[in-house]
Amino acid sequence: MENLRELYQEVILDHNKNPRNFRKMEAPDGFAHGDNPLCGDQIDVYLVVKDGVVDDVSFDGNGCAICTASASMMTIALKGKTEAEATALFDSFHHALTEDKPYPEDVPLGKLKVLAGVKDYPVRVKCATLAWHTFDAALKKLQGNISTE
Amino acid sequence: MNNTAQYDVVSIRNDFPILGKQIHGKPLVYLDNAASSQHPVQVIDAIKELYESGYSNIHRGVHQLSQDATKAYEDARASVRGFINADCMHEVLFTSGTTDAINLVAQSYARPLLQKGDEILITHMEHHSNIVPWQMVCEQTGAELKVVPISDKGELEMDRFAELLSERTKLVSVVHVSNALGSVNPIKTIIDAAHAKGVPVLVDGAQSVPHIPVDVQALDCDFYAFSGHKLYGPTGIGVLYGKEKLLNAMPPYRGGGDMILSVSFEGTTYNTLPYKFEAGTPNIAGAIGLGAAIEYVQKIGLSAIAAHEHGLLEYATMELKQIDGLRIIGEADQKAGLVSFVLDTVHPHDIGTMLDAEGVAIRTGHHCAQPVMERYKIPATARASFGMYNTFQEIDVLAKAIDKTIGMFA
Repeated sequence: MENLRELYQEVILDHNKNPRNFRKMEAPDGFAHGDNPLCGDQIDVYLVVKDGVVDDVSFDGNGCAICTASASMMTIALKGKTEAEATALFDSFHHALTEDKPYPEDVPLGKLKVLAGVKDYPVRVKCATLAWHTFDAALKKLQGNISTE
Repeated sequence: MNNTAQYDVVSIRNDFPILGKQIHGKPLVYLDNAASSQHPVQVIDAIKELYESGYSNIHRGVHQLSQDATKAYEDARASVRGFINADCMHEVLFTSGTTDAINLVAQSYARPLLQKGDEILITHMEHHSNIVPWQMVCEQTGAELKVVPISDKGELEMDRFAELLSERTKLVSVVHVSNALGSVNPIKTIIDAAHAKGVPVLVDGAQSVPHIPVDVQALDCDFYAFSGHKLYGPTGIGVLYGKEKLLNAMPPYRGGGDMILSVSFEGTTYNTLPYKFEAGTPNIAGAIGLGAAIEYVQKIGLSAIAAHEHGLLEYATMELKQIDGLRIIGEADQKAGLVSFVLDTVHPHDIGTMLDAEGVAIRTGHHCAQPVMERYKIPATARASFGMYNTFQEIDVLAKAIDKTIGMFA
């Protein structure tokens, strides 16, 4: 069990216990609901975008430690990012967890790196990426809504 | 062998090759039997022997191998008949599993019969496979699905059952043993009450046949469904028992080879039972493997297995209850060998990963019973389920691993 410390690092356990930006937003610009039917994880992601920049992002729902910590850390990482930067970060994070090749260093993961250990637990990858996929869906819905094309 | 003191769990374990395996450098503690059980060498050998020296397609073959394979397949049916004490061989239909069996009843029995305003009665503790086929048939016919609620302890609210059972009810379909809670339902009472109103009953026996002796004639159930792979047999094989009178009146479920007597473009004459419901080349090896599994279970004795597992259940319940922050979900007075639980501080999914690192295989999630999770307002549970080969020492390993998990998340 001790070798699971690589997966359940202190930072992850801390974010699980005290998730940041864990709140519902009453009037978000963007919103999406994400489900992992395999394990029952459910997450709602709320999004406020001002002038193309993620001004606020929060989540609530119910998930395992990996899911909750990943969502919590995601909200911190995303705040202040432009929409394009946010999408690039999602791609980079997704790459780090699912691809054998090293992820492109031009979009550094920063603190999100502690979640890279999840890659060694393939059935748990979906836990770590659920919040991100949900964020991506919220952003795409928002972009779709305001698109005039 | 009805005395637990004589129960030789060591020699049973020796029959299951996989139990000697190490997982992450720890001895495997396999507590995921409610999802699927492991296989004794007798089952593995029966399948190996078939493919090495006895295999051919069955029925209508004039050559020796086909006759041998046909005999082995029909011998397996005879084993099933004896195992559940069906009145005759042709009341035993081979299906691909419990799910397939329930869908067969939904489409061949219920669908032609149901009209708008009719009702199917199930319970809140059903597996999705005993919910969705009925939702589908209700959508097709305009009938309505009614659900018997469950108590906080995880028992059926029998007074509500009595109220919901009405002249509109056309079929009761109820699980014998809940896969998520372990509750053993009073199916004899349910069957008698339904029959008093002329309503037939299907029993989902996926979780019961490995743990409880079942006698379909004594129960007087109209249909009984179960799977091979939870009974130490192969996957892809299951059984639907049905009363002859009902099965004869039902149209075939699927059309194809073997389920016909004669085919012409003017019309087709269906085969007799049980072949009417076994279209296409069946799972020959699966049936033969299931036959071998049943023989194995009968050799150990289901009463002895049930007594052993009951001991494990009581011990595990006692051990787990001592763990701070652990809550058992499902505390029915009558329970079969599984414990569903949640921890205050650790999500079931994390418990599963942590226990796996200790070699302990449990299942985590909603167990294909989302309405049960919603009933108890939990997203998921961790579930340890016992089989004939589990030991008291393995329960100790489980309890210790849960303690360690809590420690790490503290």
